[in-house]
Amino acid sequence: MDLTTKYMGLKLRNPLVASASPIAHSLDACRRMEDRGISAIVCFSLFEEQIIQESLSLENHLTRGTESYAESLSYFPKPEFFLVGPEEYLAHIAKMKKAVGIPVIGSLNGCSMGGWTKYAQHIQDAGADAIELNIYLIPADLDQAGEEIEKVYLDIIESVKKSVRIPVAVKLGPYFNNMANVAKRVDEAGADALVLFNRFYQPDIDLENLEVKPSLHLSTPQAMRLPMRWIALLYGRLKCSLAATGGVHTAQDALKMIMAGADVTMLCSVLFKDGVDSTATILKDMQEWMQNNEYVSIAQMQGSMSQKSCSDPEAFERANYMKVLQSYSSRVI
Amino acid sequence: MKSSSVVNIDGNEAAAYIAFKTNEVIAIYPITPSSGMGELADEWASYNQKNIWNTTPLVQEMQSEAGAVGALHGALQRGALTTTFTASQGLLLMIPNMYKIAGELSPVVFHVAARSLATQALSIFGDHSDVMSVRQTGFAMLCSSTVQEVMDLALIAQAATLQARLPFVHFFDGFRTSHEVTKIQKVSDEVIRAMIDEELVLAHRKRGLTPDDPVIRGITQNPDVYFQARETGNLFYERCPGIVQKTMDQFAQLTGRQYHLFDYHGHPDAERVVVIMGSGAATTQETVDRLLAMGQKVGVLKVRLYRPFSVEHLIKALPRTVTSIAVLDRTKEPGSGGEPLYLDVAAALYGNLSGGHFSKAPQLIGGRYGLSSKEFTPAMVKGVFDELNKTAPKNNFSVGINDDVSHLSLDYDPNFIIEPADGVKAIFYGLGADGTVGANKNTIKIIGENTDLFVQGYFVYDSKKSGSQTVSHLRFGPKPIHLPFLVTQANFVGCHQFDFLDKYDLLDKVQEGGVFLLNAPFAHDKVWDELPQEAQKSIIDKKLKFYVIDAYTVAREAKMGGRINTIMQTCFFAISGILPREEAIKSIKDFIQKSYGKKGEHIVAMNFNAVDQSIANMHEVQYPHQVTSRHSRSRTVAEQAPAFVKDVLSPMLAYQGDSLAVSRLPIDGTYPTGTAKWEKRNIAQEIPVWDESICIQCGKCSMVCPHAVIRFKVYEPPLLNGAPAGFKSTQARDIQWKELKYTLQVAPEDCTGCALCVDVCPVKNKTETKLKAINMAPQRPIREQEKANWDFFLNLPEINRRLVKRSAVRSSQVLEPLFEFSGACTGCGETPYIKLATQLFGDRMLIGNATGCSSIYGGNLPTTPYTKNKDGRGPAWCNSLFEDNAEFGLGMRLAVDKQKEQAVELCIKLAGEIGSDLVDAIVHAKQLEESDIFDQRDRVAALKEKLKGIKSPDAQHLLSIADMLVKKSVWIIGGDGWAYDIGFGGLDHVLSSGRNVNILVLDTEVYSNTGGQASKSTPRGAVAKFASAGKALGKKDLARMMMTYGHVYVGMVAMGAKDEHTLRTFLEAESYDGPSLIIAYSHCIAHGIDMINGLQDQKTAVMAGYWPLFRYNPSLILEGKNPLQIDSAEPSIPLKEFVYRQNRFTMLVKSNPEEAKRLLDLAQHDVEERWKLYKTLAAERT
Repeated sequence: MDLTTKYMGLKLRNPLVASASPIAHSLDACRRMEDRGISAIVCFSLFEEQIIQESLSLENHLTRGTESYAESLSYFPKPEFFLVGPEEYLAHIAKMKKAVGIPVIGSLNGCSMGGWTKYAQHIQDAGADAIELNIYLIPADLDQAGEEIEKVYLDIIESVKKSVRIPVAVKLGPYFNNMANVAKRVDEAGADALVLFNRFYQPDIDLENLEVKPSLHLSTPQAMRLPMRWIALLYGRLKCSLAATGGVHTAQDALKMIMAGADVTMLCSVLFKDGVDSTATILKDMQEWMQNNEYVSIAQMQGSMSQKSCSDPEAFERANYMKVLQSYSSRVI
Repeated sequence: MKSSSVVNIDGNEAAAYIAFKTNEVIAIYPITPSSGMGELADEWASYNQKNIWNTTPLVQEMQSEAGAVGALHGALQRGALTTTFTASQGLLLMIPNMYKIAGELSPVVFHVAARSLATQALSIFGDHSDVMSVRQTGFAMLCSSTVQEVMDLALIAQAATLQARLPFVHFFDGFRTSHEVTKIQKVSDEVIRAMIDEELVLAHRKRGLTPDDPVIRGITQNPDVYFQARETGNLFYERCPGIVQKTMDQFAQLTGRQYHLFDYHGHPDAERVVVIMGSGAATTQETVDRLLAMGQKVGVLKVRLYRPFSVEHLIKALPRTVTSIAVLDRTKEPGSGGEPLYLDVAAALYGNLSGGHFSKAPQLIGGRYGLSSKEFTPAMVKGVFDELNKTAPKNNFSVGINDDVSHLSLDYDPNFIIEPADGVKAIFYGLGADGTVGANKNTIKIIGENTDLFVQGYFVYDSKKSGSQTVSHLRFGPKPIHLPFLVTQANFVGCHQFDFLDKYDLLDKVQEGGVFLLNAPFAHDKVWDELPQEAQKSIIDKKLKFYVIDAYTVAREAKMGGRINTIMQTCFFAISGILPREEAIKSIKDFIQKSYGKKGEHIVAMNFNAVDQSIANMHEVQYPHQVTSRHSRSRTVAEQAPAFVKDVLSPMLAYQGDSLAVSRLPIDGTYPTGTAKWEKRNIAQEIPVWDESICIQCGKCSMVCPHAVIRFKVYEPPLLNGAPAGFKSTQARDIQWKELKYTLQVAPEDCTGCALCVDVCPVKNKTETKLKAINMAPQRPIREQEKANWDFFLNLPEINRRLVKRSAVRSSQVLEPLFEFSGACTGCGETPYIKLATQLFGDRMLIGNATGCSSIYGGNLPTTPYTKNKDGRGPAWCNSLFEDNAEFGLGMRLAVDKQKEQAVELCIKLAGEIGSDLVDAIVHAKQLEESDIFDQRDRVAALKEKLKGIKSPDAQHLLSIADMLVKKSVWIIGGDGWAYDIGFGGLDHVLSSGRNVNILVLDTEVYSNTGGQASKSTPRGAVAKFASAGKALGKKDLARMMMTYGHVYVGMVAMGAKDEHTLRTFLEAESYDGPSLIIAYSHCIAHGIDMINGLQDQKTAVMAGYWPLFRYNPSLILEGKNPLQIDSAEPSIPLKEFVYRQNRFTMLVKSNPEEAKRLLDLAQHDVEERWKLYKTLAAERT
């Protein structure tokens, strides 16, 4: 049985990729994921804004209260050097590369054009096999049109593509006027893969303390419907690879995503929930299912249920929503 | 061989550089102003820098200077090249060992930044009191008078000690030389190697103790041989001056810089000569040059080798023509026949060895100058030379002060000024927080490193830790600058804080035609009318070129926050003419790249932007030729202030303290309390404003306020009559105060704007949740209104303390604090605990305070925060030393106990005359509750009234100690440097004594006052000075150690985590009739935190189990209970959530992430193990 797949030019032994998450902080966990069958690991993100904030904070605290009182002209020694840039992240990428034999994909979130390109180069130089651009903008400016925002995305992709040799994936959120159009333009801008979809921290309100609190919940299997729909819609219409992320918890989920058209399916919440060892189970279940259903390769099933290939293409479009409502209503009744 | 390079460094770095290069073991302990040397040694060792033998010296922090010198002594005995750095009391603590080290002929150099000794008061500033206290120990003493000399003579001392086999004290003036930044030639490794004789190093090593070739030292001798043995070293002292001179000559060969044991400078046929050492010698030399140019036959003899004092070299160095000599000492030995250098010179001149050099013995006078860094100026030097011209010059004189008591001071003309005609002489007035000094230090580096100009920078700081003013004195010129005194005539003055103009005369030292740069929150065409009349007049009269910039706006727009350093520095470069403008801007940017580069590219870009914006936003002000302002400078203190405050403290506040005559000062260091309230500092940009409509009156804001500026009172409603419009009042919510009105009031001019009150407020406005029951608002618009409110509030009556339930935060905070408006850091974590103690016990408190932050904000002039209530009662406070505070406090307790005992005895003896009922009541009073104490106070008042009518000696004695019959509360307060390290032995002993003292450890986990050096309280993984690589081992568990006694009350508190627990612990500890120890988590600026988060840090410390809250109350043992009660919950968050809130931990992540991770894991383990242990202890039944 051939489980291999190709993701933005990288040949992977199967379509199960570890999504960007803090799990990659542990090299031991990376090794175990590789042992249990994961075919590539996306590292947690390098945040340019965090680098800036940390360097500002360091400067602030090293100078705060200094040169004020004759006995305490400073409060800290002056270390010979600081790792205030991306050094630690880049070193981690290098360590991951040494620790595992599968491809390692760096993840980057910049906040300036210079930052996107510079750090992308650094990640490439650190040995990453590819880069995933973790672009998220929460546009809250009442005067900014959607078009302007989309342009920012495209500018980033074009700039990064020009500055690196390795493949570049783009992880997007679903909040665009016309997702299909944005996907097409991202593809045209040179992205080697689309990763659908990014999940954002959603703020919550703490009623006890009357505070806004960021919260991140693990995805549920229901969450996979959104990326699955869009992968099904986009499959075969773009040059770039497609990665499905969000809500993939079981072999069945992964198979559905592949059938919808994904080149790879990413795992994240399930790794937190059930541990990295769960990869082996998913992989085994996939193989069993394929065997039971007489599939010989991933390639055979990929896109088989996409809008382009399925028997009911309209099902992925708006009517689908109506149908669901109707079926739901009838069940209640 | 003359290879060297130019560096811009201060005296401490110059000494540390040589010490590090030429030693193997370095024992250190922090003390101002020498701490910088130890800090650098530790930093360099952490970078793995090498000495000339290509190995990194081992740097060891000790628990005290006594410990440092002990370790040093041991290392010497094993033959290691060893050194230490110290000053002042630290040097005194080394004296016992110094005798031994000298007696054993051990080669070593102590580098000393010479400082005043604590006498009638402590002073951190420079003079020779400390080094003169060791002149009898047998150490050779070599004195440097400039930063260049510090580096040169440090090496000469190191080379000479090996050859002479005498230990050396190499000293230089604290602050004036230790902290002056200037351009010097660095001594190269080649020169150092050439100077250090390897054979002598090997010989020293060979003398070291080893079991492979054993000897014994440190033996005991008896009357038969001790005396003779004491004389065996004489030849070494005889040879030493020759060796030092030979070493100086060798150094001159290598570097071209020639020194002599006594360096004479002046007219070859001089008639009048001043003999002096230290930085004053450089001032005298400059003055001599000026007087020579005026045709006077004068000279200066600079003393370099003070011990062994070579009479022969001294005499030879003086011109034969000299007829009168003045010897200037920077120390005072009360009761002596003269100061030490004077006596040495007198002995030399009039002793047997002087014969033949002079045709007639010169007239000799001696005097004192420059104590505690008192300015020593050319005018004073000239005054001394003028005195020598008199037929009967004054001996035992002082110069630089107005001594109107003993009339020993010399008159001099202060207008005699020496400033070089060329170059830039600049004075900058700034705030500590605005980065002015840092910018000026950078300027010195830029000019010093990039041009051929010579540079000098010296910085003056005020006595407050919050809102402190800094004055920078900078000189730049084409010739070497040897002017170790403040700029007396500037051609550039920068005022970085507009409000200063309303308080001080900043333009008195600017010369005609000079440049004045002002940071003002006004447009350039509006600023003129905002200036006070005095400033306008100076600008007009002196025809100043006047520039203005709104630096805070530029800083804000450039995202620089409140740091205007880069902006003002750029303006200085642009208009001072020190460099061509384009070149200057490029130099600044190059420097920014170099110095900020390692902190991140974003910071570099931010500063670049600030540079560009500065130029664009600075404007020259065109001003009229007459004064137009309608306001003049404000008064320093209010008209109604007491006379002492107005006459003595007010000039100090106005930076005019130098003008106070001797007669104005208390004779024994005794000062009135309650003076901080007269200093209205107005340093807060924003102050809290109370929202009475939603306040639940919990008292938390008042409790955590570090500066006691938030108070509340409850009072009868009719008292509101006459309240200012806008005075806020509401119904008191507490059941005990029903029917009463409640007001929470802020002291607007005393608040420092820390906002801890807002952080702790538990109430949120239901309509707009960002608002609380207390919120920050700009101070300026509400200042006048709130001043009126505050004044009215103060006149409302204080509550009757008998009726207050002290055990609840809400009601305890109605008690009047007797510690207010200290100069502690904004948001200080220590002061709320002290304030709480004064609220609870202040009217009967005696405090022994260890040296440290709490003694500085507690007792540093001009004004001090301990105060008294309307009855005139309040804490009586004293600071003895750093190392003896527990013993000092115990002494207070012993005195109180003895006097009380004696009073009881006398009461009983005089019962017939006093009345037995009253005596019985007094003698048997329990005094457990506050009301009991008030009752006893009433009885004692009655007793004293009766005693006035009894004329017997016993009655008079009883009268003098009757107040001791009212329960006194003795508090011993200090930081962790004292409690865990230098004072630990005493603390342990005092706690073991069983006496009723209360020890409060304000635990910041670092030596905060001296700038953040590690103590044994510093936690594992924290970066601190002396622990640059992160503290590898864990914090000492002082609480657990003291619990083992069984009779000591021990409490661990963190007010920010659980204020009720803190309150209960204070009350229990004080009421416990035995020794108590409270260890209080005190967040600190040295943790690298935003102080507004300090209380949250405390909370997370407790949640992580890092700082468990508990009380160990021995009283419970008698009740059959476990004395240990844990008052905080099981750890609920990992340690990293506490530590990574603070720069002291995160900076290790940035400099050595792997080590940070390793230490964090170990520290987490520490927490878990400790928690388990405490839980076990608390679970056991006694």
